[in-house]
Amino acid sequence: MEKSEIVLIGLNHKTAPVEVRERLAFSSEDNPQVLEAMRREPRVDEVVLFSTCNRVEILLATEDISEAVETVKNFLADFKKTSREIFEKALYVYNGDEAVRHIFRVTSSLDSMVVGEPQILGQIKESYQEACNHRACGVVLNRLMHRSFSVAKRVRTETGIGDHAVSISYAAVELGRKIFGELEGKAVLLIGAGEMAELAVDHLVTNRASPIFVANRTFERGLEIAERFKGTAIRFEEVRDYLKEVDIVISSTGAPHYVLVHDDFKGVMRARKNRPLFLIDIAVPRDIDPEINRITNVYAYDIDDLKSAIQENIEERQHEARRGERIVDRAVIQFRRWFQSLDVVPTIVELREKIEEIRQTELKKTFGSLRSGSEEDRAAIDRLTAALVKKILHSPTLFLKQRGHKDKKSLYVDITRRLFNLDEPNNNGES
Amino acid sequence: MNLLFALTMVFYVASSLGYQGYVLFQRRPVYRVASIILWVGFLCHTGVIALQYFEDGHIPVQNLHETLSTFGWAVVCVFLILQIKFHLMVLGALVAPLATLSVIIASILPKPLVELDPLFKGLWRTFHIGTLIVGNAALAIAFLLGILYLVQEKAIKDKKRGFFFQRLPSLNLLDSMGYSCLIAGFPMLTFGLVTGVIYAQMVHGRFWSWDPKEIFAGITWLVYAVLLHERLAVGWQGRRAAIMTIAGFLILLFTFFLRFLG
Repeated sequence: MEKSEIVLIGLNHKTAPVEVRERLAFSSEDNPQVLEAMRREPRVDEVVLFSTCNRVEILLATEDISEAVETVKNFLADFKKTSREIFEKALYVYNGDEAVRHIFRVTSSLDSMVVGEPQILGQIKESYQEACNHRACGVVLNRLMHRSFSVAKRVRTETGIGDHAVSISYAAVELGRKIFGELEGKAVLLIGAGEMAELAVDHLVTNRASPIFVANRTFERGLEIAERFKGTAIRFEEVRDYLKEVDIVISSTGAPHYVLVHDDFKGVMRARKNRPLFLIDIAVPRDIDPEINRITNVYAYDIDDLKSAIQENIEERQHEARRGERIVDRAVIQFRRWFQSLDVVPTIVELREKIEEIRQTELKKTFGSLRSGSEEDRAAIDRLTAALVKKILHSPTLFLKQRGHKDKKSLYVDITRRLFNLDEPNNNGES
Repeated sequence: MNLLFALTMVFYVASSLGYQGYVLFQRRPVYRVASIILWVGFLCHTGVIALQYFEDGHIPVQNLHETLSTFGWAVVCVFLILQIKFHLMVLGALVAPLATLSVIIASILPKPLVELDPLFKGLWRTFHIGTLIVGNAALAIAFLLGILYLVQEKAIKDKKRGFFFQRLPSLNLLDSMGYSCLIAGFPMLTFGLVTGVIYAQMVHGRFWSWDPKEIFAGITWLVYAVLLHERLAVGWQGRRAAIMTIAGFLILLFTFFLRFLG
């Protein structure tokens, strides 16, 4: 029986446009369903699900890569009611070292739209937590995820990858400056909530934009956010009226459809005396109908548009990223060593070697301190210890070789290695 | 005087190249040098016009040669005044070539000696054409700003952050500068036209004779009047205002050449 392999299936901002990503994105309500459904699949041993604005990825441990990949593709098509052709071309499938490297790179923000943006680590941690809550993770992915967190931490502290201004907020401010000149006194309306959107508002406030309005489906939540920016909470239904007042709108709701459509802007520009209006749509699926961009003096940007806006920053960070890649490379090799050790046969061999080594050491000690004792006695002691070792190792060996543990196999091997301390060759248990 | 005029041309050409270089490479020292050269050219040009004035006793606007040259001078003058307030470095890359172009065209045009009726030399005509030229210069810069606005607007609308997006200033700055030019240029245009009408009465005995150049002058004025009204009353700004500023100047240009060539 084979042990699990690590496979990663996904698409991101580099391979798929927002139209495709928003179709496949899993909402927080989808997550438990998907995890449960995946766990029921016989081909899937372990699973973690990542869905952010820029990527939808499924990380698996499986014994049959090609079957598992098919299963996931069919599941996606089925669950999202989308035909496979739409997303299949954008999908990438990595396995083994490549999958490990990819996860390390994603978590370290080396694969982000803006290299070095700090939000991704938190998002990945949340996704992992969610998978753990559903007991979808086993020994392989647990180890992989924990490794990826420490790699991310190293990359952040040892390189200057996060030194430049943060992603979306930076782009929003820069574009705002190109439209309005100064941001001082420009009114901002935040629709919805979310880390990225709030960061953007924060950045605008630092650039002296004011006043701030917050519209949230839950008025209380809106009040909370408004308080933080010393702004005003408005009701969600009032958004239309406020389009006449504000200069910058940042939208980030979890709505499955457009929150602002072309018709909402009827009469708005006249009422605004044609003052320019800058709309930033951070949500996936999108909140703002892209058609709105065609209205004179209205500039509507979605998350992909912002991608180009931060191109230069990416270049600045490229150098630092290269150092990050080296840290990732080393981590991949380390992980491979551990992962290879999860094979059953080498583990059994190592286990026997280790015990044999202990036996030999102890025999030598005993014979050294033995004053009397003929050759025969010594041979008897030798046979005794050999038999002991053989008998003791008999059931563990059988157990490890046994078929039908399925996803537990890696776990048992891992436990064995830890119980007998097989990964630290210098410590032979002499103490 | 010819030497001074040649010097003016040389400085203008050098300054134009300098401004293009600044736009291309974004090096501040390049901009400073270009700016200083433009100032020197402007002083030479002022000298040319002053000398002509003392020689002939009136502003040199009697033929197309003189008018173009004076127009070029006025454009630079308005630009230099604008720079004090707005400091839009990129604009020089359009203004300097425009001034250069007008002095170069002026230099290759013949300089017919016009025998002037004493009436022509009057203060009235000087006022009429003087204000028109400075007004036109302001509107010419509004036109250039309108073009820059449309270029930058398109970059932001199409979300293509290319060469111009980085180099051009904010839409707001371009728009308000264009507005300032319009505010300055329109009253001068009005004053120039009114004095022209009165002048026509003095010379031809009629205020308005429906000849094409008068009709086009009227249309030009109307276009700018509508634009200014929309800006003030309806709050027109941005793209539409920029397009109309450009259209207005094209009609103005047509009228200008109709006056001298027609």
